Amino acid sequence: MSAVMITRKVTRKWEKLPGKNTFCCDGRVMMARQKGVFYLTLFLIIGTCSLFFAFECPYLAVHLSPAIPVFAVLLFVFVMAMLLRTSFSDPGVLPRALPEEANFIEMEIEAANGNVLAGQRPPPRIKNVQINNQIVKLKYCYTCKIFRPPRASHCSICDNCVDRFDHHCPWVGNCVGKRNYRYFYLFTLSLSLLTIYIFAFDIVHVVLRSVDSGFVNTIKETPGTYPFIRVLVCFFTLWSVVGLTGFHTYLISLNQTTNEDIKGSWSGKNRVQNPYSHKNIIENCCEVLCGPTYPSVLDRRGVMLEDSTSPNPSDASTHKSSNPVSQTTVRQHFL
Amino acid sequence: MAETHSLQDLRQAAVASKVFVQRDYTSGTICKFQTKFPAELESRIDKQQFEETIQTLNNLYADAEKLGGRSYLEGCLACLTAYTIFLCMETHYEKVLKKIAKYIQEQNEKIYAPLGLLLTDPIERGLRVVEITIFEDRSIGSR
Repeated sequence: MSAVMITRKVTRKWEKLPGKNTFCCDGRVMMARQKGVFYLTLFLIIGTCSLFFAFECPYLAVHLSPAIPVFAVLLFVFVMAMLLRTSFSDPGVLPRALPEEANFIEMEIEAANGNVLAGQRPPPRIKNVQINNQIVKLKYCYTCKIFRPPRASHCSICDNCVDRFDHHCPWVGNCVGKRNYRYFYLFTLSLSLLTIYIFAFDIVHVVLRSVDSGFVNTIKETPGTYPFIRVLVCFFTLWSVVGLTGFHTYLISLNQTTNEDIKGSWSGKNRVQNPYSHKNIIENCCEVLCGPTYPSVLDRRGVMLEDSTSPNPSDASTHKSSNPVSQTTVRQHFL
Repeated sequence: MAETHSLQDLRQAAVASKVFVQRDYTSGTICKFQTKFPAELESRIDKQQFEETIQTLNNLYADAEKLGGRSYLEGCLACLTAYTIFLCMETHYEKVLKKIAKYIQEQNEKIYAPLGLLLTDPIERGLRVVEITIFEDRSIGSR
C-alpha cells in the first residue's frame, strides 16, 4: 500500500454523462434541466394540503372522526413519495454507444446497404425484427449511435434515448419511461384520490358549518376565502388529473405507451396489432405495475477510472481497481 | 495461479479487435442476446462453448425478468411500503445481476482468457451488447 495519502476528488461517471440532465446528491438524483413546472407541482400539492390540514382537519377531526386527517396524511405522504420517486429516478436512459461499438454498427450498416452510388441518398437506417408475428422497425439514433430497442425513443428535451419511452412530463420534471412509469401512474392515481378526498371534505366542512351557523355566517367565519380557492384548485386539478389517470389506465390495460398511442403505431390500420400486449387486461396490468424492477444501466455513481498520474501503479492495485467498480456497479442500479 | 496470470497478461496485451453480440428482440423486449456465432471468433473458440455461454446468460436474464408469483409479490409488497422497502432489501433483478457478474468473471478466468478473449458484462454497455475483446495471440499461450 502506498505511504503517501493523496486526497484527490473522485470523479464519478455522472459528471461525464452526455445528455441534458441535471444531477444532484452526487449522482443519486437525476432530473431534466427545466424544473420550473416541477416546483409548481410541489407548491400546489404541498400548499393545498397544508391549508387543508391547518384549517379543515381540526374541525373535521372533532366533529366527524380523527381518522379523516390521519388517512389524508397517509395519502399525502404516498403522493409525495411517488412524485419524488418519479422525478428523481432514471427513467430508463440507454447509454450512448462507445466509439468501437458505434464503428462496428456503422460497418454492419455499410455491409448491409452495399454500394451507394455518388449523388444518391443512402437508404434509411432501419432494422426489421419480427416480434410475435409482427414486423417491428428498429430505427437508428444518430445522436446515440445505436439502433433503438423496440419501444425506445429519443427524448429531445433530455437528449437521451429512453427505453419504453412514454412521454416527457414537465410536471414531474423528468421523462417517463420503463423504470419510472409505475411510479408515475401511482402518482397520478393517488393524486386523483387525494384531490377527490380534499374536495369532498371541503364541501362536507362547509356544509357542516352552514348547518351549524348558516351559510352566510360560514363564509364570514372561515379564514379568508381559503376554502373557496382550494375548492377551485381542486376542481380544475380533479378533471385534469383524473382524466390523465383514466387515460393511463386505458394505456396500461392495452400495454401501450403514450408515444405509441400518439403515433398510432398499433391503431389497427394495415392490420398491425400491438405485439407486446398479452391480450388480457389483467396480465397487461400486472406486467406494467407489478413486473420486475429494472436496474439503471447508467451507473451514475460509479467511479471514473483514472489511467494516469497515480504515484504507485502496482499491478495488484490496477487489477483490483476494476473489480470494485464491477461490484459497486450492481448496487448503484437501484435508483 | 495460472488463470489469474492469464487475466493479468491480457491487461498488458494489445487489443486486436472487438466483436459485439447484439440483442435478440424476436421474443419481445426481454433481455436476450443472439446466439449466432460471430465469424471473427471462428479461429479462437469452439462454437458450442460460445453458444453455451450466451444461452446461460439468456437464461439468467430470463429468470430476472420473469413475470410470476415472485415478481408480483415483490411488486405489491414494495407498493404497500411506498417502495421504501428497497432501501433495505435487494430486488430479485439485482441479485441475478450479481450472479451474472460472477458467472462472466468465472467464464473469463476459466475459458476465455486462456484463449486470448475477454467478455464484458453487458450491464456495462447498457444491456445492449455482449462485447468480446479479441487480444493479439502473441505471448498468451498455455502457461
